[in-house]
Amino acid sequence: MRLPGIGPKSASRLAYYLLRAPEAVSLELAQALQELKASTRLCSVCFNITETDPCPICSDPSRDQSVVCVVEEPLDVAAIERAKAYRGVYHVLHGVLSPINGVGPDDLKINELVARIRRAQQTSTPIREVILATNPTVEGEMTAAFLQRKLSGLSVTLTRLARGLPVGGDLEYADEITLSRALEGRQPF
Amino acid sequence: MPRLRLFSTPAIVLRRVDHGEADRLLTLLTPTRGLVRAIAKGARRITSRKAGHIELFARAHVLLAQGRNFDVLTQAELIEPHQRLREDVLRGSLAHYFCELVEQFAPEYADSSALFDLLAEGLLWLCDVADPLLTARAFEMRLLTLEGYRPELFRCVQTGEPLPETVPAAFSPQLGGVLSRKAAEHCRDARPISAAALSLLRVLQTQQPEVWQQLRPEAALHDELERITQAYWHHILERRLRSQAMVHQVAQG
Repeated sequence: MRLPGIGPKSASRLAYYLLRAPEAVSLELAQALQELKASTRLCSVCFNITETDPCPICSDPSRDQSVVCVVEEPLDVAAIERAKAYRGVYHVLHGVLSPINGVGPDDLKINELVARIRRAQQTSTPIREVILATNPTVEGEMTAAFLQRKLSGLSVTLTRLARGLPVGGDLEYADEITLSRALEGRQPF
Repeated sequence: MPRLRLFSTPAIVLRRVDHGEADRLLTLLTPTRGLVRAIAKGARRITSRKAGHIELFARAHVLLAQGRNFDVLTQAELIEPHQRLREDVLRGSLAHYFCELVEQFAPEYADSSALFDLLAEGLLWLCDVADPLLTARAFEMRLLTLEGYRPELFRCVQTGEPLPETVPAAFSPQLGGVLSRKAAEHCRDARPISAAALSLLRVLQTQQPEVWQQLRPEAALHDELERITQAYWHHILERRLRSQAMVHQVAQG
């Protein structure tokens, strides 16, 4: 299996579709795949995937540079941007700590985050808040705990995304951790 | 053991990977069927009813349907979430290490109730015991005993003579135990072991949890125990475990 989620059957279906489709379809796809690697890179500030360096978010003067949202993957940036509720900037870790899969702190952009905060502290717009927006999974929580240890010496406020019941969820089927977190984070109504 | 179309079992989630659009592929340890690979459909969706019940290291009661390639997880009810493993990096890393160790010995679709009980107990210790590194050494001692690799810590493995703690000793992974320093002169892989480390290993091997849980070894003793046990695991498994590097890094601070 070379592409995630594409098994032998799906691969055959796609191959036969391309064989039957006009040649232009295959050529367009090949060109798009080539451009995908050639024209994209990682932003040198936030490590999101971008066509320009720094990326449009990091270079946008209307964004609040003093708040950094730390996410696991570039797709998480897209998800938060879709919500249109956040005006700060990002830092993409490119994964989470997963000892059993051999992913340690040096495999993620953690040292780069520490260096970024230290750099910003020397400027007129220091980073004042770091939002730990890793997933509420064991690996995500462990990564957040590791970041908390790593960033504790720096003078930034660390916050974590709220956890609780999802919109459209069903209380009856919620697990104990979700329910306890939802109760802890209850708001005046 | 014949495979049933639908079966219900307690299970511990050892490993999981994202699969397809929104599914998760789980490696579960069960008491009666050993290692089971099951797919949890839609588990990555935010509204999934199963997701919170099948987190890594969670002990849950699951209902599985036999599938062509993988079993399909149809229901899950959380028994023990091991909350502290999510919040503490060292304890979480050690939980990964426990699961990776157990995975080396667990059979597929065969009874492994003793292994299941040991892992269930080990994960609870990790949540509760004050010294997680000591917990790891105790877990290793029990796992070694269970799998037939119990190291000989009371007699010289070369001569068979009783080995008092006052006699300078060495540990040989190849011979599977301790030997006097004199006998160790002819043993290539033997490494010196201090009286304190030997004494602690003996306690971990023979005493109940309530005894060793009271102990508070110093960092240097922890380092020595780690070196000895890792050399033994390396000899048994013929490779280094992936999670060990992270455990070591986190433990060193």
